[in-house]
Amino acid sequence: MNAIEWYAMIGKTALVIGMLLMVAPVMNWIERRGAGLMQNRLGPNRVGPFGLFQTIADALKFLFKEDRILGHVNPFWYFIAPIVVLIPACMTFAVIPFASSITVDGTVIRMQAAELNVGFLYVFAIASLGVYGLIMGGWASNNKFALLGSLRSSSQMISYELSMGLSVIGLVMVFSSVDLMAITQGQGEALWQLGPLTIPKWGIFVQPIGFIIFLTAVFAETNRLPFDLPEGEPEIVGFHVEYGSMKFAVFMMGEYMNMAVASGLLASLYFGGWQLLPGMGWALGNLGLAGDAHEWARIGFEMLSFTLKLSFFMWFFVWVRWTLPRFRYDQLMDLGWKVLLPLSLANIVITGAMIYYGWV
Amino acid sequence: MELSPVFFYVFGALAIACALMVVLAKSPVTSAFSLILVFFAFAAIYAMLGAHLIAALQIIVYAGAIMVLFVFVIMLLDVTRDTGEAGKPHPILMALSVLAAMSLLAVFVWAFKNTGTPAILGPFTTEAITAAGGNTQVVSELMFSEYILPFELTSVLLLGAIIGTVAIAKRQMSAARKGGGK
Repeated sequence: MNAIEWYAMIGKTALVIGMLLMVAPVMNWIERRGAGLMQNRLGPNRVGPFGLFQTIADALKFLFKEDRILGHVNPFWYFIAPIVVLIPACMTFAVIPFASSITVDGTVIRMQAAELNVGFLYVFAIASLGVYGLIMGGWASNNKFALLGSLRSSSQMISYELSMGLSVIGLVMVFSSVDLMAITQGQGEALWQLGPLTIPKWGIFVQPIGFIIFLTAVFAETNRLPFDLPEGEPEIVGFHVEYGSMKFAVFMMGEYMNMAVASGLLASLYFGGWQLLPGMGWALGNLGLAGDAHEWARIGFEMLSFTLKLSFFMWFFVWVRWTLPRFRYDQLMDLGWKVLLPLSLANIVITGAMIYYGWV
Repeated sequence: MELSPVFFYVFGALAIACALMVVLAKSPVTSAFSLILVFFAFAAIYAMLGAHLIAALQIIVYAGAIMVLFVFVIMLLDVTRDTGEAGKPHPILMALSVLAAMSLLAVFVWAFKNTGTPAILGPFTTEAITAAGGNTQVVSELMFSEYILPFELTSVLLLGAIIGTVAIAKRQMSAARKGGGK
């Protein structure tokens, strides 16, 4: 590795980690203001302009609270559980590309933190480890309600992991790769031409059923409403009932980071990832830049495009949270096993037939 | 792809330490979580050898699916201590099994140190795999062309095992219902 590759690697890693750490406070503010907007009230608006510093105040409060370790818990596993939730959440974003590649002094730099041949299999592998944090937390709390909560959450995550994995297979068949960079590149081609309008080969146009299954499964995997049974904050008690102060906040941070990863996956699998949004290509062409400046402007536009798509899905999570009521537990299991799983298997067969007849 | 010795020793030591924890830990939950760490360390070593697909599958299948089931069972039964019915085995038996394990290790070390035959490299060198588009491509291509029959047979075998499990569980369930209904 030469010097440029080293700098690029450190820069990319810092960017991804910095983004993920910033997600929790920003999303916390958006969620509370969004809730206010939808319920026709103001939400937090006292600390700083528009209440922006509210999350900083909250974080300070969490840090200075007494961090009690209760007498009846198993101290080691109780302490380690929030960390086990947080680490996979930090690791999974590594393979998601946030822009295409750029050549600096003859060295090609791909804009993703880790270039792995296994692509999003890595995301699934690491994300499946997150469930241990919930199990550990619920078990170590030594509390019936916490244990029941962690059992609910882990069975939910395992059930929906299946449909999530199977729903993406159709996409792999269409783009014949598991590498997210290759899948995003493949989505740049045109699918249909409707008069002046070009429909790109985005995942949502070639795999609409797969998209709906993936979206539903992702809500269950991130423990968000309408599938927030693990947490169940209004009335049922979840796995982190015995947690307080910063430990509780770490569980919440993990949830927001998982949301960011899920949004990044949704954007790069089904909405063209860093492919420019309509109008951006025109704007880039009219800037009148050439050479290196043009290349860097292109990277900037691609990152902006990816960020906008990701932000839309982050907002979508909040939007759904304050719109839909929670599923009952048996409804959740019925939906996962009796609807989504057969549907995702059918999707694979249909996709196979479509590829065989050359429609995709 | 070159295996960095520093990381090899770090993950190798982690794997050995955790494997010892699996056997020696008093609480079954600690054993189970240590076993997950063993799988994780193995996956790291596979990844450093360039076998990214094997590493990912190792974590998805073993750490992500099978061990969840183990941990579930341990927690639901609330096994807090090792409750072997026989209690502690006889000291002579213990010494003999340690001796057997050690001699097996010694045989392995001796065999790897003293074999004269060089490693036989197949057609799948690191360069060839990179040229063919990486691990995932090569493995899936072979699996769905040359080895399609063994692959399908294995999946039928697994399906048979699943159906067998369901059938046995169902018979016991209906027997329990008949017995309990009276």
